[in-house]
Amino acid sequence: MDGHAKGIVTRNLRTGKIDNVAADAVVLATGGYGNVFYLSTNARGCNVTATYRAYKKGALFANPCFTQIHPTCIPHSGDYQSKLTLMSESLRNDGRVWVPKQKEDCNKAPNEIPEADRDYYLERKYPSYGNLAPRDISSRAAKEVCDEGRGVGPGGRGVYLDFADAIKRVGEQTIRERYGNLFEVYEKITGENAYHVPMRIYPAVHYTMGGLWVDYNLMSNIPGLFVIGEANFSDHGANRLGASALMQGLADGYFVLPYTLPNYLAGQMGKRPSTDHAEFKKADNDVRAKIDNLLKINGKRSLDSIHRELGTLLWDKCGMARNKNGLEEALRKIPELREKFWREVRVPGDGEDFNQSLERAGRVADFLEFAELMCLDALARNESCGAHFREEHQTPEGEALRDDENFADVFAWEFRGNPATAGPKLYREALHFETVHLAQRSYK
Amino acid sequence: MNFKLKVWRQKDRQSRGKLVDYDAPDIPAQASLLEMLDIVNERLVLGGHNPIAFDSDCREGICGTCSLTVNGEAHGPDHPGAVCELYMRKFRDGETIIVEPFRVKSFPVIKDLVVDRSALDRIVQAGGFISARAGSAPEANSIPIPKHDVDLSMEAAACIGCGACAAACPNASVMLFTAAKVSHLALLPQGEPERTKRVVAMVRAMDAEGFGNCTNTYECEAVCPAEISASFIAKLNREYSKATLRHSAGE
Repeated sequence: MDGHAKGIVTRNLRTGKIDNVAADAVVLATGGYGNVFYLSTNARGCNVTATYRAYKKGALFANPCFTQIHPTCIPHSGDYQSKLTLMSESLRNDGRVWVPKQKEDCNKAPNEIPEADRDYYLERKYPSYGNLAPRDISSRAAKEVCDEGRGVGPGGRGVYLDFADAIKRVGEQTIRERYGNLFEVYEKITGENAYHVPMRIYPAVHYTMGGLWVDYNLMSNIPGLFVIGEANFSDHGANRLGASALMQGLADGYFVLPYTLPNYLAGQMGKRPSTDHAEFKKADNDVRAKIDNLLKINGKRSLDSIHRELGTLLWDKCGMARNKNGLEEALRKIPELREKFWREVRVPGDGEDFNQSLERAGRVADFLEFAELMCLDALARNESCGAHFREEHQTPEGEALRDDENFADVFAWEFRGNPATAGPKLYREALHFETVHLAQRSYK
Repeated sequence: MNFKLKVWRQKDRQSRGKLVDYDAPDIPAQASLLEMLDIVNERLVLGGHNPIAFDSDCREGICGTCSLTVNGEAHGPDHPGAVCELYMRKFRDGETIIVEPFRVKSFPVIKDLVVDRSALDRIVQAGGFISARAGSAPEANSIPIPKHDVDLSMEAAACIGCGACAAACPNASVMLFTAAKVSHLALLPQGEPERTKRVVAMVRAMDAEGFGNCTNTYECEAVCPAEISASFIAKLNREYSKATLRHSAGE
């Protein structure tokens, strides 16, 4: 309203009722978009809908291609799977990561593979950091050995995380005290006892560094729209470090917003609109129309099958490693898949009711648009940077190669209508490093 | 694996529900029970039927959203663990599995297997918080807390608020939940200022929601996915007695 965010329109998940809520300001704390990949370590309910719809109303979306792939998750084992479970990173303190040196050994039981035939690839490639190399590097290294055909477990997408040496060194009891609960979770899911056979792990989508653009007061480019936590882009650059998502949640919610929001509110007293305002009517109608359209499709495909297809495409083309051809292919295929969704999906039930299929349908519809923005951003960022690894840009040893001269910028995208007719507009915000200067990192 | 299911279907809070039979053939043994329901739902939707409504979110046992009674046990037969951590290989091939919502009067059914557990939120709202301002953190060593208290408080704080304790209890008592919330804060100096007020308010809220009282059957402890010990209920009773004494003494 007059360029300010003054309220929200929501659908009550329990009753289906559409509510208009007028406010002095809006704070989005709606989390990240990792579930665009279908499989991630996020909870099932996580989605991009609130931030994406704010983007469609003018908020800038920054760095959407920066997605963190966590190295230590239980591997994917079939189409039935609904989520990937994270095994805490702390396991890498005592576990040693390895795969067989020879492809032929991949189907052998791990205990039958002698020490000399094992490749402790993180220790080999990064002698100083070893098994504790950062997340993006460990993830890419796992992908590399699996791409070479040396992965283990069903489908060959897994590496061993072995505690045998640690158990020999400090005893099973100590390992049990340190990680007992994680070993239990692992056994529940896989049916394997990691005290006796090495765990199998593989990288999985875990966190999204990108999000709505905000200033130092955590306000987006729309006055009155504040965005906190994983939903914004602000704290983690291209590669979040361990434990800092919790830090951001606390910092944004306890230490920043309580001081910056009142500053905005001070000038807004008495400006809260009534929900009779024409803007509310318009937003309300748009929401209802979208719901009707989803329920009308009545096709033959399930939501999950389309969401899985989108996730697989992104994982292959915009996952741990990206390249120009792959991204262009994804940018061709996503609109096709979106059309398929709006033609072929089946959303049962009705709108004025508790309807979980409708909930998910709205979210998948937004993911299908958002995925395109993500690939566009990944294509435009023609360098490797943190979790964004462009295969064209790597050092001779295969490490990420940044281009600080041309890309030390935040990429923030503005929605300009239907992507088929008018692509989003890119704004670049230069990054200034005053005390700590940019350098090439090395974990060798 | 192949299963026969009997699943509680109920259109809404007002309607009468009933158990409906479904076949669940070709289920991977590594699938969780919730993933098995996903597969059944996908087949139902493609066959033109309405899917079975059920709650879930994190699917790794930490959020407390899933709330199914499987073969008569809250969260199913593989304790400790939430029902999202129950895997199909724990069942026999060909077995008939009965899936119902948590059965508690204070958790009315919203649809099928989804129940309304906002009663638990209202108990927490009555006192499950501290007033200490966040501000800048004090030096950690300025408030020493005995290790034993920290460990006990941590044990209580593990409660994920799923409500299985009430679903398993013959009296539909939610005292294990309330005891965990009260103890977690009462054991720490940060919880001290509201200690008396908190326990009285939370016990009153619990009674007002229509939950029953504890008669020491310990079914709650047996199904609790966070393995909260029933001895916390004794702590709740002590906290409550002390608080009401102080109240009646005019404090």
